[in-house]
Amino acid sequence: MLVGGEWTEERGKAVPDLREPEGRMLVPSLKVQDLIEEIRGAKTQAQEREVIQKECAHIRASFRDGDPLHRHRQLAKLLYVHMLGYPAHFGQMECLKLIASPRFTDKRVGYLGAMLLLDERQDAHLLITNSIKNDLSQGTQAVQGLALCTLSTMGSAEMCRDLATEVEKLLLQPSPYVRKKAVLTAVHMIRKVPELSTVFLPPCAQLLHERHHGILLGTITLIMELCERSPAALKHFRKVVPQLVQILRTLLTTGYSTEHSISGVSDPFLQVQILRLLRILGRNHEESSETMNDLLAQVATNTDTSRNAGNAVLFETVLTILDIRSAAGLRVLAVNILGRFLLNSDKNIRYVALTSLLRLVQSDHSAVQRHRPTVVECLQEPDTSLSRRALELSLALVNSSNVRAMTQELQGFLQSCPTDLRADCASGILLAAERYAPTKRWHIDTILRVLTTAGAHVRDDAVANLTQLIGGAQELHAYSVRRLYCALAEDISQQPLVQVAAWCIGEYGDLLLEGSCEEIEPLQVEEEEVLALLERVLQSHMSLPATRGYALTALMKLSTRLRGDNNRIRQVVSIYGSCLDVELQQRAVEYDTLFRKYDHMRAAILEKMPLVERGGPQVDEEAKESKEARLLEAAPVPTEPQASKLLDLLDLLDGPSEDAQHPRPLDPSPGGALVHLLDLPCAPPPAAPIPNLKVFEREGLQLSLSFVRPPETPALLLITVTATNTSGGDVTHFICQAAVPKSFQLQLQAPSGDTVPAQGGLPMTQLLRILNPNKAPLRLKLRLTYTHFGQSVQEIFEVNNLPVETWQ
Amino acid sequence: MARMGQRIEMRFMLLFSRQGKLRLQKWYLATSDKERKKMVRELMQVVLARKPKMCSFLEWRDLKVVYKRYASLYFCCAIEGQDNELITLELIHRYVELLDKYFGSVCELDIIFNFEKAYFILDEFLMGGDVQDTSKKSVLKAIEQADLLQEEDESPRSVLEEMGLA
Repeated sequence: MLVGGEWTEERGKAVPDLREPEGRMLVPSLKVQDLIEEIRGAKTQAQEREVIQKECAHIRASFRDGDPLHRHRQLAKLLYVHMLGYPAHFGQMECLKLIASPRFTDKRVGYLGAMLLLDERQDAHLLITNSIKNDLSQGTQAVQGLALCTLSTMGSAEMCRDLATEVEKLLLQPSPYVRKKAVLTAVHMIRKVPELSTVFLPPCAQLLHERHHGILLGTITLIMELCERSPAALKHFRKVVPQLVQILRTLLTTGYSTEHSISGVSDPFLQVQILRLLRILGRNHEESSETMNDLLAQVATNTDTSRNAGNAVLFETVLTILDIRSAAGLRVLAVNILGRFLLNSDKNIRYVALTSLLRLVQSDHSAVQRHRPTVVECLQEPDTSLSRRALELSLALVNSSNVRAMTQELQGFLQSCPTDLRADCASGILLAAERYAPTKRWHIDTILRVLTTAGAHVRDDAVANLTQLIGGAQELHAYSVRRLYCALAEDISQQPLVQVAAWCIGEYGDLLLEGSCEEIEPLQVEEEEVLALLERVLQSHMSLPATRGYALTALMKLSTRLRGDNNRIRQVVSIYGSCLDVELQQRAVEYDTLFRKYDHMRAAILEKMPLVERGGPQVDEEAKESKEARLLEAAPVPTEPQASKLLDLLDLLDGPSEDAQHPRPLDPSPGGALVHLLDLPCAPPPAAPIPNLKVFEREGLQLSLSFVRPPETPALLLITVTATNTSGGDVTHFICQAAVPKSFQLQLQAPSGDTVPAQGGLPMTQLLRILNPNKAPLRLKLRLTYTHFGQSVQEIFEVNNLPVETWQ
Repeated sequence: MARMGQRIEMRFMLLFSRQGKLRLQKWYLATSDKERKKMVRELMQVVLARKPKMCSFLEWRDLKVVYKRYASLYFCCAIEGQDNELITLELIHRYVELLDKYFGSVCELDIIFNFEKAYFILDEFLMGGDVQDTSKKSVLKAIEQADLLQEEDESPRSVLEEMGLA
């Protein structure tokens, strides 16, 4: 029974097959097209797989012991299946067999198979070298063509070395069909084995005289390959520039042939290739460039640009003009052609124009600037290929004179541009702003706008940069904090914006509340609103951990910037003490401890940041460190006004007075002791707790001292003065001063406040640091001034009953 | 503009349908099957996502891709270092013209059922990614002659039959 026209013989094996009637030994093999039909008929992926697996089984069997006459058909089917993504490696050896067959059909399919299934990564590939060799030397033209094609597609370096001589011979073959293929095979060989240049360079001179377009084209490609691999070859081929010019000229004027023309342009492929070679030869070479000037001008002005073919040639001409040492006029012409391309209705033309102009923007900046308006218009292109190019070019065209206008355009673009361009656009704008900002305020505004529009897409250092910028612009603090506050109130989702805003509000919260700023309209902000906003940021699920850190710190800073009581802040801080985020938790605990135990230090610690040196992402850390280092110097400042009054006090003590308020660091490394102090969550336990001492009491106002002798520094005594008020009236304008004997060093930290609220409200605390290197007996005198029940009070007294543990 | 040592090389050419079915793949650079599949899948996705009015060029990985849609088939070339995308468009168009002339108003089905022929035609037009012959006539003639050889080869019996001499 004949099905499909062909049979294969299965020796001694009955292969189960629906097509095969029971008991038959012969299995019909499908024609390629029938298989394709069957595969396409499959309704599901599974069905397709089944069909293919079954067929592959047939094919395998056929390869093993099937009719060699139909091997090519089996391989063809296998190649189809391979294209669908199924494995076909078992066909590799079959390719070899087919190639070795004398039949043309076999070779045709065999070579195709080799190109599809074999490459230099398989060991088997070398096995075809011999067949190729035979075919190259003894085959018919068609066969030689197949062999050459295969060699140039998948020939490995080894194969190329083996077959170079054969190919070289074929360059002289009478048939142009073979010669054209041999030339391109030589191109491939040189790419694989550059040393073969020595073999293929000499024939080029002769080949350049060819009339056959294909051979000429191949030769030019070959010469380009040679030149790009060897400066010597490059030099050698400069000689042929006049000849190339002639060829091209002939092509333009008399070489018109319907056979090779496209849309009225003579052989654009050949023209483009010649122009490319001229570019390589004319680059950095005055003489060669000179020789081609006229021709280039001719091509540039005479090429028909109504269709793509002409534009392709024109474009290549432009590229060549711009790359060689062309005359100035010619250069301008080239840039203008690109400018015209920008206005072309064909998107593809606009694309190549944008790409080329981008490459020119460094070398021919002013020429490209002339086309800036058109470039900016291209930002509106809905096609991202184009708008991306337009963006890159626009950014490259920003300079100090057009920065305002350009930034305006780019900001507009940023609002509506596709997502994959946002990051580039945002960082481009920020970079341009950094380079060319006309004023600081403009700079801040620009960054702010970028953060508002595309905050999620800015680079990490944008936050640091902006805080640095704002910090340094003191005159703009009020303005910045106001604008940032408003922006934040509108949208708390853009993290970089939120971070900067939080930082700013924390730093300059006092300016925010002050209400007046010349630059923008008056803004009435209540303390509660500010706190509420920061709390919102803290609680929002959109806030990153880092952002929440910023918010928490800002809240903390506000505790010294705002005038109201800090209960709300204290509440928040204590809540976050049990936050799951470890970083946040640590901060909260530290801040909470600051409130509870070291309240007198809070103002100093939370002071405004000094301006930091520009230095990358470590800015915040640096700021903190320098702040700590300066804290020691800063701390005594509030005590300065007390110094003069204290001299009176000291008169009362033994020995000549000393400037006990001189801000000398307490120990050689100021950071050390301070860091120690700030190590709040784990304060070192004192050797033995020294009992507190109540030292003063009057009308409900009480003063008590607590003592700490840190074990690491035995000479150091820390005294915390705590003032509490159980009376019905607030104690205000409270100042406490201290004096010690000459051999001691005393430092007063800033008090936590100057009000001791009535009815047992928040106590006021102040830290005294006393250095007693000689372990002399401690004497301490205190002077208090305050207002209570409308009366001014002053009290001076020496503290009695100081425990010996405070100095021994 | 100075890009020394930049060799214009076509990495590969793909033909695929709107449904993402591969119809032809010609690789001019040795790549593993696995890697090829990955690249093909990826590139198809990128190209199929393009809207009709967009330009024919896009950047993908470190390559430039020139593509054009003809009826239900996408013709895609990946080129590296090529400065002139416009001429690659011409190249694609020429190939389509050759197919069209050969099959007579070519459609996707022709290419599906005669994929070997599509390869043969491509291999007469390009070699190693470079144009071999800029004459349409010349290329078609070469295919014709090869087809003839194949016919003579394949079944001399049927030729005789045709001549009524069997």
